[in-house]
Amino acid sequence: MAVKNYVLVCGGSACESAKGNEIYKSLLHQAENQGVSSDLQIVKTGCFGFCEKGPIVKVLPDEAFYVEVKPEDAEEIISENIVKGRMVDRLLYKEDSKAEFKAEDIKFYQKQERIVLRNCGLIDPESIDEYIARDGYLGLEKALFEMSSDDIVNELKKSGLRGRGGAGFPTSLKWSFTQRVESDQKYVVCNADEGDPGAYMDRATLEGDPHSVIEAMIIAGKCVGADKGAIYIRAEYPLAIHRLEIAMAQAREKGLMGENILGTDFSFDLEIRLGAGAFVCGEETALLASIEGKRGMPIPKPPFPAVKGLFGKPTVINNVETFANIPVIISKGGDWFAEYGTEGSKGTKVFALTGKIKNSGLIEVPMGTTLREIVFDIGGGIPGGKKFKGVQTGGPSGGVLTDEFLDTPIDFDSLLAVGSMMGSGGMIVMDEDDCMVDVAKFYLDFCVEESCGKCAPCRIGTKKLYEILEKISQGKGEMDDLDKMRDMGAAMKKASLCGLGQTAPNPVLSVLNTFEEEVLEHIQGGKCRSGKCKDLVQYTVIEDKCIGCTVCARKCPVNCISGERKVAHVIDQSSCVKCGACYDSCKFGAILVS
Amino acid sequence: METVEIKINGKPVQVEKGMTILKAALTDEVKIPALCAHDDLDPWAACGLCVCKVEGSPKMVRACATEVVEGQNYITHDPELMKVRRTTLEMILANHPQECLTCGRNTTCELQDLSADFGIREIPYDVDIHELEKDDSTPAIILDPRKCVNCGRCANVCQQLQNVWALEFLERGHKTRMAPAAGVLLNESPCIKCGQCSAHCPVGAIYEKDETKQFMKAIRDESKHVSVQIAPAVRVALGEAFGMEPGELVTGKIYAALRKLGVDSVFDTNFAADLTIMEEGSELVDRIKNGGLLPQITSCCPAWTDYMEKYANDMIPHFSTAKSPMMMQGVVTKTYYAEKIKTPAKDMFTVAIMPCTAKKYEITRDDNMWSSGEQDMDLVLTTREFARLIKSSGICFGCLDDEKADSPIGDYSGAGTIFGVTGGVMEAAVRTAYKLVTEKELDDVNIHAVRGMDGVRKGSVDFDGTEIKVAVAHGMVHVEEILNEVREAKAKGEPVPYHFIEVMACRGGCIAGGGQPYGTNDEVRAKRVAGIYNDDEKSVVRKSHENPEIVQIYKDYLGEPMSHKSHELLHTKYQLRPLYSK
Repeated sequence: MAVKNYVLVCGGSACESAKGNEIYKSLLHQAENQGVSSDLQIVKTGCFGFCEKGPIVKVLPDEAFYVEVKPEDAEEIISENIVKGRMVDRLLYKEDSKAEFKAEDIKFYQKQERIVLRNCGLIDPESIDEYIARDGYLGLEKALFEMSSDDIVNELKKSGLRGRGGAGFPTSLKWSFTQRVESDQKYVVCNADEGDPGAYMDRATLEGDPHSVIEAMIIAGKCVGADKGAIYIRAEYPLAIHRLEIAMAQAREKGLMGENILGTDFSFDLEIRLGAGAFVCGEETALLASIEGKRGMPIPKPPFPAVKGLFGKPTVINNVETFANIPVIISKGGDWFAEYGTEGSKGTKVFALTGKIKNSGLIEVPMGTTLREIVFDIGGGIPGGKKFKGVQTGGPSGGVLTDEFLDTPIDFDSLLAVGSMMGSGGMIVMDEDDCMVDVAKFYLDFCVEESCGKCAPCRIGTKKLYEILEKISQGKGEMDDLDKMRDMGAAMKKASLCGLGQTAPNPVLSVLNTFEEEVLEHIQGGKCRSGKCKDLVQYTVIEDKCIGCTVCARKCPVNCISGERKVAHVIDQSSCVKCGACYDSCKFGAILVS
Repeated sequence: METVEIKINGKPVQVEKGMTILKAALTDEVKIPALCAHDDLDPWAACGLCVCKVEGSPKMVRACATEVVEGQNYITHDPELMKVRRTTLEMILANHPQECLTCGRNTTCELQDLSADFGIREIPYDVDIHELEKDDSTPAIILDPRKCVNCGRCANVCQQLQNVWALEFLERGHKTRMAPAAGVLLNESPCIKCGQCSAHCPVGAIYEKDETKQFMKAIRDESKHVSVQIAPAVRVALGEAFGMEPGELVTGKIYAALRKLGVDSVFDTNFAADLTIMEEGSELVDRIKNGGLLPQITSCCPAWTDYMEKYANDMIPHFSTAKSPMMMQGVVTKTYYAEKIKTPAKDMFTVAIMPCTAKKYEITRDDNMWSSGEQDMDLVLTTREFARLIKSSGICFGCLDDEKADSPIGDYSGAGTIFGVTGGVMEAAVRTAYKLVTEKELDDVNIHAVRGMDGVRKGSVDFDGTEIKVAVAHGMVHVEEILNEVREAKAKGEPVPYHFIEVMACRGGCIAGGGQPYGTNDEVRAKRVAGIYNDDEKSVVRKSHENPEIVQIYKDYLGEPMSHKSHELLHTKYQLRPLYSK
């Protein structure tokens, strides 16, 4: 009997950790109990992207889009939607208090274009058959039987695909370098060492559609003449690793990977190499060193890995998102892909939209989409009626884009032109409550921890920049600190060995350029307008407003608030730790933050 | 030589293809500052000081690691480059203790030189020092991580050139430090004490254990007869500390300086090198003639011996049991010579001036170093320490007239002196072994087959119809190649490929030892090597067995090589040592 309904449950890491697996099991159990097991298929898919509202369950063909689902909701979803054919209204996503059930009607999805995430949230990532049913491995078939190596490079060239790891190097060029070198051994390596704070595009892709990366790597092997490949992935991505392992085994079983693929004389196999989570191992030479069993430290380029890479052999190295684009570029053609995007940046880009934004999550938009569309249309704007302050793109390597750049079409070149960079796709939205000194400090702190320690400008510069920012945040900054930061930033940009050090001062320099006034307030006025710099903040009781309810005194973790019942309280400034608990707990607005 | 035409700051120059910008600029006398680059090592690109521009590109590239490309114009100095370098240098200085006056590298420090060249007068950034404990666990070298600039030279030397892997990069970011893996002390690590790390460190973060005070204390002690020997390699390098060219022979001045310092008897390790040849050569001939285990492997380098006991202890039965020349000199000083001057061994204080830090370790390496009944060698000073001693004593080294060593254990042959270079022990042994095997004298004592700077050299010598196969390795990274050939042959039951193997831990041999004056590179090595061969060539006696004092000591005291007395005093044993002793 044909299946009438499909129930898709998000199986991404975030939804899984919010009991996604229990929801899946409850649905199976309820279907069984209510006798409808044979009518429906319950599928655990990859990430839907709308992480803000997860866990998500979608019922097809009704297109019912349920959000924030709990395991106990399973009974109702089965009994109402499946058995009685009535949608569960209370679980449907509501926009502007109107229930929007179809995903395509939801604003979050409206401006998105899914090429990389084409299968995420749609198929069971642990089933190769579902991948194949969605034209999976068609690209490989075409590459093996209809195309020469040069044809593959040309198709990539036509597509205009640029590396999604950050720098945006043309992929066709990268592949052609390795293709042209004579060598007894070549390798294909996938960089899955995603590490920007808040970024999880690659994890979601691997969890939701592992075959797309595997297929692309086999195509790369065919193109450049490599028979071995490795996926370098951080060990803290267990679900992605698990699904990759399943997918690799399935591909081997089907003869799509291993010896004599699909009966041809081309052989290719892959292995997974686990990284320990060092951010610098996302830099390709450090990554290759790590695979070789050495300490992950970059080496100077040239020679580039394309010519001298893993174990000294020519190596194609691309990141997850770049690879995930390739099977469809090959199967549908480069021209098709090039229809998306801008002149210099073709296709789409996946972003992890986080921070002060209503709809945080994973989004994929055509290159050239403006920041305004992303933040206000897709992201739904800033919560709590707060004012938009800026967006950090490019993670610790990028810069802050303020409202004057909201209408900049986002692509590789435009972001560079305005002092930020694409990076791998982290996008953190900030509102008026965010202190820019604090933000710069956050990113610097990350780089201080993640600098490999090899080269002096990065190793020392990150620490010194951080120390100066710390001073400023304590109100101890001096005017010549600004020059010092600019000097060090310039030296780091020019003299650091790898991208980490070269871009580490970007968040600071960007803040100095864009928010100089705010930085000066800290230095000259000893003031932090958002109250984030604790040393510059003072909590006092407004005597007139305090009714002596004692709540604040009871909430204070260090017992520094004293006062009789019904008498205005007093905060002892010498022991206050500026946690803000009094401010949060006062119902009468009697705590003044200054 | 294939060349490329490039421009350095607009000026056309023709340089060797594959040269780095750093070296290409030097051909035109343009010096680009650098702290981590070293001629002995592959480019490491850590310090960031050597950045340069390629005309037409907005990026800066590392001159140390970038090969020149035909037709390009390299900008080595402009205001922006100078500013970037200055800021980087200021950052490095902000992590470095400002203790130049009391630092072992005062006036020889590469960072100090850079700071002087750049005219740094203040450090704009807060100075914070990585406060870590000194590691003085070995008897040879001290690690002072506070002064480390993380240039990586020490770890790269230890790994790439010496294949020892005692030093590693530990931790990350600003906490990065150079130390033995797993946080053990150096003396608990596989360290072989060769001291190449200290010779390559640009600053005072790794240095020889300074024992000049003990020397002066012994000199002041009236009850002690202080006897000093000098190693072959010292005589071609010490002059550098006094402004002379590398390779300049200063043997006579050293003897004179020692007497000025108040030393009671002045001897020469070269005498004991001749003695070593008598013992080790006889041992080799014995192995060849009587079906003993071959190949025989030299044992005079204590760093190599330490390496073998840790990494290649399957080779113990192949090792010559002969002690090193320094130890032989020590024991005959405290027995044969002490008896001659009627001084009890306990009142003798033996000092060796050595190009080597491992020698500091060797003097107590096992019980066999007490063959005289006392500790045979009391103190080892490196060439660098000795230079400081001379300077602090107000001696005008260059003004000294040449003197001679004392008798009866101070005279040496040309064979003894070439112990200081790679291939030298082999060559000296051949000169004597030939006589022992064939009972004829060698016509041409210059054995060119074993000379040179290739890391591994293989050859054979015709012993009047018998082919003696030999191999020489220097720089520990090269030794496994030869050992593996031996292992393979043994495993297959085939005849071993060599009769005799010479190994020296340091590239070039002792002339480039870890205790030699700073600034050693292949150019300096070549000059010191030439100095040694010059000493050999001008010697009247060029074979150990013809050294009259050697003939005398066997006649008067030892009997003959490999005699019971020789075994008691001049031979030793080896033991397995764990890589990590913790």
